[in-house]
Amino acid sequence: MLRVSPELKQKLIDPLFTPLDRNFKLSAGVLLALIGWGAVMYIRQVFLGLGVTGMGRPVYWSLYIVDFVFFIGISHAGTLISAILRVTGAEWRRPITRVAEAITTFALIVGSLQILIDMGRIDRLPFTFIFGRLQSPIMWDIISVTLYLLGSVTYLYLPLMPDLAIIRDNLPPGVPEWRRKLYEILSLGWRGTREQWVRLEKAIATMAVIIIPIAVSVHSIISWILATTLQPGWHSTIFGPYFVIGAIFSGIGALFIAMTVIRKLLGLEKYIAEKQYRNLGFIFITMNAVWFYFTFAENLGIATGQQTYEMPILATKLWGEFAPSFWLMVACMAVAFWILVVPQLLPKPKPAMKPIPIFSRRFATATAGAMTLFAALLVVSNFVSVPVAAISGEPIASTILWTLLIVNAILFLLSVSQWLKAHPVSATVIASVFVVVGMWLERWNIIIPTVTHPMLVRYAAYTPTLTEISIAVASFAGFTFMFLVFFKLFPAISIWELVEGQVLEEAQAKVTIAHPEISGD
Amino acid sequence: MPKWSMVIDLDKCVACQACSVACRIENNTPVVPPEEAELGRAMRWNDVFPMPINPTEETGEYPKVKTQYMTRPCMHCENPPCIKVCPVGATFINEEGIVEQNYARCIGCRFCTVGCPYGVRYFNWYKPEWEAPLAEHLNPDRVEGNGVLEGPAERPLGVVEKCTYCIHRLHKARAQAEAEGRDFRADEYVPACVQTCTGKARFFGDLDDPNSTVTQLAMSSRSFRLLEDLGTHPKTIYLREG
Repeated sequence: MLRVSPELKQKLIDPLFTPLDRNFKLSAGVLLALIGWGAVMYIRQVFLGLGVTGMGRPVYWSLYIVDFVFFIGISHAGTLISAILRVTGAEWRRPITRVAEAITTFALIVGSLQILIDMGRIDRLPFTFIFGRLQSPIMWDIISVTLYLLGSVTYLYLPLMPDLAIIRDNLPPGVPEWRRKLYEILSLGWRGTREQWVRLEKAIATMAVIIIPIAVSVHSIISWILATTLQPGWHSTIFGPYFVIGAIFSGIGALFIAMTVIRKLLGLEKYIAEKQYRNLGFIFITMNAVWFYFTFAENLGIATGQQTYEMPILATKLWGEFAPSFWLMVACMAVAFWILVVPQLLPKPKPAMKPIPIFSRRFATATAGAMTLFAALLVVSNFVSVPVAAISGEPIASTILWTLLIVNAILFLLSVSQWLKAHPVSATVIASVFVVVGMWLERWNIIIPTVTHPMLVRYAAYTPTLTEISIAVASFAGFTFMFLVFFKLFPAISIWELVEGQVLEEAQAKVTIAHPEISGD
Repeated sequence: MPKWSMVIDLDKCVACQACSVACRIENNTPVVPPEEAELGRAMRWNDVFPMPINPTEETGEYPKVKTQYMTRPCMHCENPPCIKVCPVGATFINEEGIVEQNYARCIGCRFCTVGCPYGVRYFNWYKPEWEAPLAEHLNPDRVEGNGVLEGPAERPLGVVEKCTYCIHRLHKARAQAEAEGRDFRADEYVPACVQTCTGKARFFGDLDDPNSTVTQLAMSSRSFRLLEDLGTHPKTIYLREG
């Protein structure tokens, strides 16, 4: 019989057994409807052929591959938190390991599905086992993603075992029989003996060491699928590390969003505290900076080399048809960097000090209004032909508009900085949303410009069709749905890891270190 | 063992596209409606297009323009980027140097179509269809070599296909020679595009034979290969204009 403190029981175990409320049913219903619609569209695609997508020659890969790279990228959250931080002994990781591992597993499931959806002949999937050629990067990918998925499921399950046993022993009365059975079977007879603990710790420690190289290999190999071809813009040695960094970066973003939602819904503010946000935030900032460095390095060689087939791809990103998605990506990352860094640099407001006008709500509203106005004028001048467009479409006018827009954006960001400093959790989540959107755009900006600008085929344009969009939406819905179900069945925080951390902390607090002697008193 | 190669003399090419038409009829490539062709789904195993196809500084501006047409079957590279990336070995280079596609093996991942720098590979986005008069005049040849469908018979949905240098003609020529009880000669086999070429700009033969036309032409100072600097070593060789 395993015991758990009443507080943890009330916070983490009891919510699992409350009857499904209206919000849960509603969101599950909506998500299931989206998944169902996506499934219908997919079945239609299987029978009609990939012609129902927006692909063609030379756009042989598109949205499915973009989502594949994105989701597998997100999956790196779990490895970072539960393996890298475990190996480096970062104690603050404890309350967020479960969420991180769940992201890894679910993102991997959804990500690998994208590849299957993209296949022209899903019925021939077994051929990859029967006739597989190890020389093909796709085989490397199949092997590493499968290994990573198996490893991640194991890594999700191992630390879950003691928690399942705790739940099994602390079931509230009136629990349906199937759930009692579920916890009993899944806890594999865990009794919490010393022997069992030693074995579990050993297993987790071993898995941590094994899973780090697998995770690095997974996203390197995904980048090598692109980089091993001769296609301009892809044939680059920087892709491996660039993709791995991007993966961890987007993984942290997804983790911040997921853990905040769970913390809010289950009221876990005491456990997932500001400490977690601050420490993980530092890694986030570092990844952001490294991401900028790699993005610059990726494009610098192309820009200075100006080769016949490579330069048009960079040009299309800098000022061509992909400029909106490219610069939106850069803006997302820059804004995220600002939100994470600038508030940290501001001095703490002292009560005696007069409020600084630039940090006022009024100033923020004014600059936001101005930004909207200038952005609207730019949109009008570029896309609508009305008299005002004649003026604002002029090169000088549009330069002035862009300058005003950027200056106002900076002023707006400055004016909200103090609020961001006072609300670190909200600030981190806002930055995370920017990062996740930016990273999705990055995958788009890497894949689509190259496939639309090949060497000996006429340049093409790509627009996703309803089928592709439905399947993409269904994928995101499926990802969310898995969370919904998982955290209704299993505790959102690893209970035993949390308690272990508390015990360690208490033990450390008892140790008193003698003051050093001060000589020459 | 012969090493099949094609030489295209761009000086003689009049860009009439007869090669493309002959290829379509010979190999039963499906016909697509205009809006599908707009998406790049027209199957042209042999394509004719202006060179460079995309605007670069080399094309010049009116009136100082340079126009050149390129006609392009598969390059049948000696170092093919497409077969290196195939996860199931559905595309392979045979002992005679022809890059083939096994339609029964292809899983439709389209890595080879992305990997090919020449864009010579095509994917069956829909089930192939022909309009009534065309459907009645499909090439009935159905040739299987090494247990693999190689001929122009209808390809299934969701697989990649490409120029085979009309490999079924090779099989037929060999079978004929055998039936007549004599040795097969390299000049008994030419692809449909070579046979039909209006300007007699295309030559076909054995690159391993020092006396063959293609070997002689390949040694010409005018000879070059498409995207030569990629190191794919195409066996489709061009002779420069002028």
